[in-house]
Amino acid sequence: MLSLLRRYPSFTHGVHLPDAKDDTCQEAIRQFPFAPVLVVPLSQHAGKPSVPTVREGEEVSRGQCIAAADGFVSVPQHAPVTGTVRRIGLAPSIAGAMTPAIYLEPYPGSSQEVAEGEPCNIDQSTPDDIVAAIQAAGIVGLGGAAFPTHVKLRPPDGKVMEVLMINGVECEPYLTTDHRVMLEQTDDVHTGIRYLLKATGATRAIIGIEANKLDAVDALRAAIPADLPVSVEPVAVKYPQGAEKMLITALLDREVPSSGLPLDVGVVVVNVATTAEIGRLLPHGRGIQERVVTISGPAVGRKGNYRIPIGTPLRFALEQVDLSPDVSRVFLGGPMMGQALSSLDIPITKGTSGFVAFTSAETRASPSEQPCIRCAYCVDACPIHLNPSQLGLLAMNAEYDRMADEFNLMDCFECGSCAYVCPSHIPLVQRFRVAKAIVRKRRAA
Amino acid sequence: MPEPGKTLDIDTSPHLKSGASVDIIMRNVVVALLPISVFAIYLFGLAALVTLIAATLSCVLTEHLLCRANDKPSTVGDWSVVVTGVIYGLTLPPGLPVWMVIVGGVTGVGLGKFLFGGLGYNAFNPALIGRAFLQAAFPVAMTSWYAPLAADRFVTLPSSTLTLPFATPVYDVLTGPTPLAALKFDGDVTATGDLLLGLTSGSTGETGAVLILAGGLYLIARNMMNWRIPAAILLTVFVLSWIFHRIDPGSYPDPVFMLFAGGLMLGAVFMATDMVASPMTGLGCALYGLLIGALVVVIRLWGGMPEGVMYAILLANAFSPHIDNLIRPRVYGTQRRESP
Repeated sequence: MLSLLRRYPSFTHGVHLPDAKDDTCQEAIRQFPFAPVLVVPLSQHAGKPSVPTVREGEEVSRGQCIAAADGFVSVPQHAPVTGTVRRIGLAPSIAGAMTPAIYLEPYPGSSQEVAEGEPCNIDQSTPDDIVAAIQAAGIVGLGGAAFPTHVKLRPPDGKVMEVLMINGVECEPYLTTDHRVMLEQTDDVHTGIRYLLKATGATRAIIGIEANKLDAVDALRAAIPADLPVSVEPVAVKYPQGAEKMLITALLDREVPSSGLPLDVGVVVVNVATTAEIGRLLPHGRGIQERVVTISGPAVGRKGNYRIPIGTPLRFALEQVDLSPDVSRVFLGGPMMGQALSSLDIPITKGTSGFVAFTSAETRASPSEQPCIRCAYCVDACPIHLNPSQLGLLAMNAEYDRMADEFNLMDCFECGSCAYVCPSHIPLVQRFRVAKAIVRKRRAA
Repeated sequence: MPEPGKTLDIDTSPHLKSGASVDIIMRNVVVALLPISVFAIYLFGLAALVTLIAATLSCVLTEHLLCRANDKPSTVGDWSVVVTGVIYGLTLPPGLPVWMVIVGGVTGVGLGKFLFGGLGYNAFNPALIGRAFLQAAFPVAMTSWYAPLAADRFVTLPSSTLTLPFATPVYDVLTGPTPLAALKFDGDVTATGDLLLGLTSGSTGETGAVLILAGGLYLIARNMMNWRIPAAILLTVFVLSWIFHRIDPGSYPDPVFMLFAGGLMLGAVFMATDMVASPMTGLGCALYGLLIGALVVVIRLWGGMPEGVMYAILLANAFSPHIDNLIRPRVYGTQRRESP
């Protein structure tokens, strides 16, 4: 009861969502079986696609590097299974387009032992060694952005990283992967922090966790090694607390400058599952070949948190968890910022934090749009303090440049809080997405 | 598992909705107005009932027919015009000829709302546009008041109510000045107790201060009203009139009288708070309320009319977009707002 009365640090504005995490937050992470065919896309991350280092017909062992990074803003791919390269060709991707991928067929008789690489010994490594090892492990932001983690660990000249912030907020409804990782991989998290502190030169680390996961706070606090300068801080349960700008404001009372990076206020933010993966893989020199995914929602029979090999077709994954035949909507990621999928024939990638599936019984037809009544609900919800109502009206009149120049459109990170509260059902976020794309195009021209 | 060929529904994020909708908000405003309407009917009897029904029906029908005439789907279902109709009815003197009520309703919705583009685009509160039109067109009828609690109020309609169009309404003997008019023109002060309980002459729904405040609190609790607007208006009126009352108690009424007399309560709680015509930020709402409060005091104390709430709100409505333009919250990560 006392914990309810305590006020946790947070940011101003935002919305309170039904968190819908009870179905899966008690479910321990379970290992997933191998699908008959695994499809490993060469572009699972922001940046340049990886370059295949294997040929069709070649035998690969689990954990082996099968595609190399193409430059600095890129990562390699590792075989999720011991088996044969069936073909290297196009595969449907989450974004809809066909993209190059490596098709692997598991070898049934294999023990599926994970290949070890060259361990990254933290005491004998320089910061640059660790950055290189993180890239070699194929690590990207596992929270969903899939931005290569090693890139943000190298500050441009003149910038100092003072604080390493580990993001364990997980504010999207339904998702519980970070929660389970924090409970079950506490030592991996702290080991990962040790690597990251050394790589960045930050003097301390803060793990921010939403106060609906106090068990994770306790577990991580109890496991802090004596010599590690890390603190675990609960933050208020409010959406979008997990956005890095909001987390930095809550814990450090600093504001990331408009169109700037956390680096500008001396902070680097890394997702907690990414940190745990660094701590799990680097001591063995392994690469990412599986990840934890929450599969939840009313259309799922066996909701839970699963460690799924990268490249597992979504259709196979959903078969394993008894997806209802009445399914009508599947969202990749959480329901606030996640993407509605048009097809189940896509592979699970490194950026996949969860799937939420609904049947037609729960999803009502979206109500028709009505005029803005200037109720200001959106103004009170926007975590960036924009005026979504005004921006929405300008978007209707195609005044995109004015939106960007006068009303800070480009600061919108599409959290969806405005559209969530809008009583007129105006698709504000979609309007802003379109407007931002047009502004970017015009500026580039 | 679904069949391999099954298609999935797609839409854009966010895929969750809070469940708020325009018609739910508007229906709640109607609920908050119901006790006030019932009390008005108790005070003024059939005259209030007929006025409220005529006001609401004329507004709703006007919107419905105008939509139809313009080949648009009727927007009556969003309930906003019902809110307009009931509020409009509550601001009229009970016993106002029905035909005048209808003329004002048609004008308010037609001119004040539909012509601007309908819900969301009306710069002014449509109910007040209708009332302002009547005030200008029929000044005598709009300032003829019945005393409350007449013995036969539930049995007979006042003769004025059923006056034929363009005929001069005839008033029964039981007319009485409103507290503000009594003060302004005769120097009589109404007992504070009567004011608080609403047992005075006045517009149909403006006298029940307690019920008006209760309705406002209900909407504030449901996050359907910005509390800063009524709070700023009432505080400004109280403070300004207290200052003047201290300077010259003989010429200026005491602040409690100023708060509870006339249409201030109804205006501050239900009319100034019209979402469409009021500012969007907290600070903007406070400034807007301050403006209304100051205008009310100026018009009441030095104007030619006993009451000034209606014009104060309409004037402030006109300022509302400018207030929003002037007061913009500092965007996260920016130093100060760049000048527009």
